[in-house]
Amino acid sequence: MMERVVDPLVLQRRRETNVSFVIGFAIMVALFAVAPFVAYPVFLMQALCFALFACAFNLLIGYVGLVSFGHALYFGFAGYLSAYVAKYGTISFPFWFGKLIWLSIPLPVQSPALAVLVGTATAAVLGVIAGGIAIRRQGIYFAMITLALAQMMYFFALRAPFTGGEDGIQAVPRGRLFGYFDLSNEMTMYVFVLVVVLAAFLLIYRIINSPFGEVLKAIRENEQRAISLGYNTDRYKLVVFVLSATLAGLAGSLKALVFQLASLTDVHWTMSGDVLLMTLLGGLGTVFGPVVGAFAVIAMQNYLAPFGQWVLVIEGVIFVVCVLLFRRGIIGELAAWLRVKL
Amino acid sequence: MFEVFGIPSQALFGQLLLGLINGSFYALLSLGLAVIFGMLNIINFTHGAQYMMGAFCAYLLLQYLGINYWVALVIVPIAIGVFGILIERLFLQHVRKLDHLYGLILTFGLALIIEGLFRNYYGSSGQPYQVPEALRGGRNLGFMFLPNYRAWVIAFSLVICLSTWFAIERTRLGSYLRAATENPTLVRAFGINVPRMVTLTYGFGVGLAALAGVMAAPIYNVSPQMGSDLIIVVFAVVVIGGMGSIMGAIVTGFVLGIVEGLTKVFFPEASNTVIFVIMVIVLLVRPAGMFGRTA
Repeated sequence: MMERVVDPLVLQRRRETNVSFVIGFAIMVALFAVAPFVAYPVFLMQALCFALFACAFNLLIGYVGLVSFGHALYFGFAGYLSAYVAKYGTISFPFWFGKLIWLSIPLPVQSPALAVLVGTATAAVLGVIAGGIAIRRQGIYFAMITLALAQMMYFFALRAPFTGGEDGIQAVPRGRLFGYFDLSNEMTMYVFVLVVVLAAFLLIYRIINSPFGEVLKAIRENEQRAISLGYNTDRYKLVVFVLSATLAGLAGSLKALVFQLASLTDVHWTMSGDVLLMTLLGGLGTVFGPVVGAFAVIAMQNYLAPFGQWVLVIEGVIFVVCVLLFRRGIIGELAAWLRVKL
Repeated sequence: MFEVFGIPSQALFGQLLLGLINGSFYALLSLGLAVIFGMLNIINFTHGAQYMMGAFCAYLLLQYLGINYWVALVIVPIAIGVFGILIERLFLQHVRKLDHLYGLILTFGLALIIEGLFRNYYGSSGQPYQVPEALRGGRNLGFMFLPNYRAWVIAFSLVICLSTWFAIERTRLGSYLRAATENPTLVRAFGINVPRMVTLTYGFGVGLAALAGVMAAPIYNVSPQMGSDLIIVVFAVVVIGGMGSIMGAIVTGFVLGIVEGLTKVFFPEASNTVIFVIMVIVLLVRPAGMFGRTA
């Protein structure tokens, strides 16, 4: 093992990054602590779930430069599985035995933590499969393949018996966390969601600032060069794809519990477009950007809901404006103005 | 009447015909995508919306101005093509030098705007479009009933696809185009106006999508989301065929349409997903696509 030599300049930059991150994180936590007294907890929980979803998505698009157009797949399917476990307390597996049979395994306990865990694990498995297929092609093809795979699973969700088809899985009980905290109380639920999302957020920050994260950025900047330096870039891409899918699944599982509902909207391609919009608006490749973007987009969707299809038009306009004039996004511009890394 | 594998011939060939129809739309759209990708290096996410605009344009012309199908077949692709040229001049030319992900996002945003506007004014329900007088009815071929309009769609889209192939692979203009795809700087050095060629190519690709839209109007209902449903399947077709070859795009489009039609007969549950499954298999066996060159 060679000793790692670190440039003093790099060390200084790293320290500055740390300081701006700590300040930013403190501001964010303070805002989230006050928020439930000002805004509706359900709205906040929804935005928090999407913030996590967008952060997970940003891990892929912002730090490796991979555009996945099918992240609704992990978000939505994790939601289905989490809702199913929370409601029925069993897991079903499709089995091919002459004809398709669903094998149900009852779980020992019915708990929201287990539901979230099962949902997240499902997303991880889907991530391994879809990621393994999609990273076989680069660039534009990668986006098309992820989109096509997600659409395929959308049709599966439409037909599969456990998803409830057009109705979805409704009236999902939130249950008691660890048998003690009653999650049907909005504030308890809010704290639960907040703690999970913040923990995942810190995990993502850790990932992108680890040696692993440095390799990811190297792949984004110049994949050929990373290969020539001896990195197995496909392996790195697959790992980060699975991480991103898993965290998206965590967000989807939480959302299913918050709304007590898992439905087809969460697996539809428009959801993949929404998360892209949040990340782009907040700032690609920034730590806080996706959070800000998620809150902005969810607030917009809530306030503009009475205007029907105009939401679609406005989202389209934001996409166009962001790409043409505003590629750094809200946080990216702020960071450039403050001359720090956020 | 006879049976094939226990399926009545009417049903089998009927689905095969439907498959061929879908296949001709896949071929026309993936052809346009491939041509645009070759010159602009952009995956045109707006393609589905432009196809939908083609169908809507034909519908509106008939509804309000009484302009019939045959005239629409000529006017609409030109009008939407000009609209495409405007989009290229106003938006796309600014992102050509950026990472390709921005082109994708930009065209996706434009697709949302167009679809949202149409949904606002026409709702989500479909509008019917009459089959033109001359092509109504059909003929009995003994083993199946062939509606005239459907035969026309298949024949006409084959002609369009093959003439596009001929224009690109066998004419002087096409050779400029292919050269500019390989090395735009060198082609410019020979005094050819490459930026204008890029703009016109985009207009042409968009025109093809609009043409497909006009042809689709009498078959499917004209609705704002007809494009976005189709474009994802077309993306899978493009991944399977690979965008390296024009003929590849055409052949893949028709073949996948037929495969989809046959799946509807023998295993209807999988008819929505069969193309995606084939895509996965192709990616595992031949990552570059059936006709793709390894990039």
